Amino acid sequence: MAFDQDAVRRTAHLARMALPQEEVPAVAGQLEKIMTMVEALRAIPTEGVMPMAHPLDLEQALRPDQIANADQRQRLMASAPAAEHGLFLVPKVIE
Amino acid sequence: MDLHHLSLRQLREGLHNKDFSALELTETLLQRIRALNPQLNAFITVTEAAALESATQADARLAKGEAGALLGLPMAHKDIFCTADLPTTCGSKMLENFVAPYSATVVERLAAAGMVMLGKLNMDEFAMGSSNETSYFGPVRNPWNVDMVPGGSSGGSAAAVAAGLVPVATGTDTGGSIRQPAALCGITGIKPTYGRVSRYGMIAFASSLDQGGPMARSAEDCALLLDAMAAHDPRDSTSHPAAASDFLRGLDRPLQGLRVGVPEEFFGEGLDPEVAAAVQSGIDQLAKQGASIQSIRLPNNPHAVSTYYVLAPAEASSNLSRFDGVRYTHRSQAVENLDDLYRKSRYEGFGAEVRRRILVGTYVLSAGYYDAYYLKAQQVRSLIREDFRRAFAEVDVIVGPTTPSPAFGLGAKNADPISMYLADIYTIAVNLAGIPALSLPCGFTRSGLPIGMQLMGDYFADDLLLNVAHRYQQETDWHLARPTLQAGEA
Repeated sequence: MAFDQDAVRRTAHLARMALPQEEVPAVAGQLEKIMTMVEALRAIPTEGVMPMAHPLDLEQALRPDQIANADQRQRLMASAPAAEHGLFLVPKVIE
Repeated sequence: MDLHHLSLRQLREGLHNKDFSALELTETLLQRIRALNPQLNAFITVTEAAALESATQADARLAKGEAGALLGLPMAHKDIFCTADLPTTCGSKMLENFVAPYSATVVERLAAAGMVMLGKLNMDEFAMGSSNETSYFGPVRNPWNVDMVPGGSSGGSAAAVAAGLVPVATGTDTGGSIRQPAALCGITGIKPTYGRVSRYGMIAFASSLDQGGPMARSAEDCALLLDAMAAHDPRDSTSHPAAASDFLRGLDRPLQGLRVGVPEEFFGEGLDPEVAAAVQSGIDQLAKQGASIQSIRLPNNPHAVSTYYVLAPAEASSNLSRFDGVRYTHRSQAVENLDDLYRKSRYEGFGAEVRRRILVGTYVLSAGYYDAYYLKAQQVRSLIREDFRRAFAEVDVIVGPTTPSPAFGLGAKNADPISMYLADIYTIAVNLAGIPALSLPCGFTRSGLPIGMQLMGDYFADDLLLNVAHRYQQETDWHLARPTLQAGEA
C-alpha cells in the first residue's frame, strides 16, 4: 500500500478540497497509516457474506407526497454568506 | 441546598413542593455556568435569555397544575442538534455563523416537555474525535482533572453534567461518542438502539451509525430523558416504528437470573490494569446481585476499528459534501470561480481531522477501490453483527470496559490519529451492529480519574440496560462521587 502524494492530490480534487502543496506530504503519511490499518480487513474471509448497509433491515419508509413545509425562504437565507434578492450569490459560472 | 447536585427526580420534587421555582433553578445553574465554564469550556453558547423565558413559562405551567415529568427541569444540547433561531455550530468554523432555520425533533420534544435549555455544548468538530480537542471552539477540560481530556465527541455534554452545570444533556454516538466521554467523566450515558431517537435536525456524520441519546449522573435520569427523546418520527426515514417505549417501568426489576456475558476480546492486550480491575469488581457486584456470569467470544470485535474507519469516513464524505460555501457555511473570500469557492471554503471551514476523514472516505469510495474497501467493510460489519446475534442467544447483557484507559492528557494523542482512534476500540462494534449500549461509573484510578463499565444489549433492550445500571447504582455509590471545582481556577 502506497498512499503517495499523487493519491492525496487526486483524492483532494475529488473531495473539492484545496489542500495546499506544503500539507500534502504530511497528509499522505497520515492517510498511509490509516489505510494500512484498514488493509487488515483484506485478510478476513468474507466469501458469500452479505454486505450490511444498515443496522435495521427495514423497508424504505414511504408516506404520501404531501406538502408539509411552510415557505421558509427568509429563515433559510438568513445564514447565507452572500445573497441578493432572495438568491444565493456565487462567482460567475457562464461568461 | 446545592441544586446543582440533585437528580431530575429530586429537582422535580423541589419544584412541586415549591422549594424553588424553575426560574430560580435556571438562574442558579446559569450562575454556576458563568463561574465554571471559563475553565471547562463545556458550552459553546449559553442561551441565557431564552432559558429565563422558558423557565418563566414552565413556572406558569407548574402553577396551573401541570405535572410533566420534565417540566421546568434544566438541560443543554450537544451543539450538533439544530435549534431554531439560535446558533448551531457542530464545533466547526464551517458553521460558526449558522443559525438553524428549524429545530431537531429531539429539541422540539424536550422543549414541549417543558425542559429549559441552558445552551449548546462543545463537541469535537462534526463529532469526529475522542478527546474534544478537534473543536474549533477549543478543547473541553475534564472536571476531575483539568489537564485531562473529557473524551469525545460529546465531551462538552459529559463535562457539563459531571461538573453540575446541568443535570442532564443530550449527546450523540457514532463510534462511542456518548459512552467514551461518559466513562472518562464519571457519568452515565446510553447509546440507544439505532432508530430509537430521531436524527431529524441532528447534523449527520455517518447516517447508518449516528444515534442520539441521554447523558446524566444516573441511569434513572437517563431513563427519564430517553423516555422523552425516543419516538417514531416520520421526518426521519430511519426512525423505527417501535421507537417509543416506557423506559421507567422496568427500572427496578431485580437482577436475579440475569445472564451476563463477558467477552474475552475486551480484556486482552492494551487494557489498562486499573480499568480491568474496576470493571471486574463491577462484574462481581452484578454477580452479588444475582446475575450469572459467563465468558463469551466476540471474535470479530478486533476488526471493528478498521471496519469503522472505512464505513464512517465513507458516509461522512458523502454527508459533508453539502458544506459547499454557497448556502449557509463559511465562504472563502479570495476566490476566482465557483470551483475555487467550493475548494477553498471546504479547506478553510473544516479542521484537520474532518479533512482527513473526508479524504479517507472519498478515497475508499473512489473508482477502483469500492469493492476492496467499502464492500469488504460492509461484509465484515455483517460478521460483527453475527457475533452479537450468537452471543445474545446465550446471554441477556454483555459487560466489559467502555474504554481501554482512563482520561488521557490534553495533547497526548494528537500527533498520531491511530492512537486516538483506538480509544474507541470497545465502543465501535456496538454502532456497527446498531445495538444499544450504556456506560456507567464503576470505580476510580489511584490518581482519582473515573472508570466506566459498558453494558451492551440486544436490539431494543435499552430498557434492560437501564434496569441493570439502575439496580447496580442502588447498591453502589460510584455515580454519586462529584469532582471538586472552584471558580476562577486554571
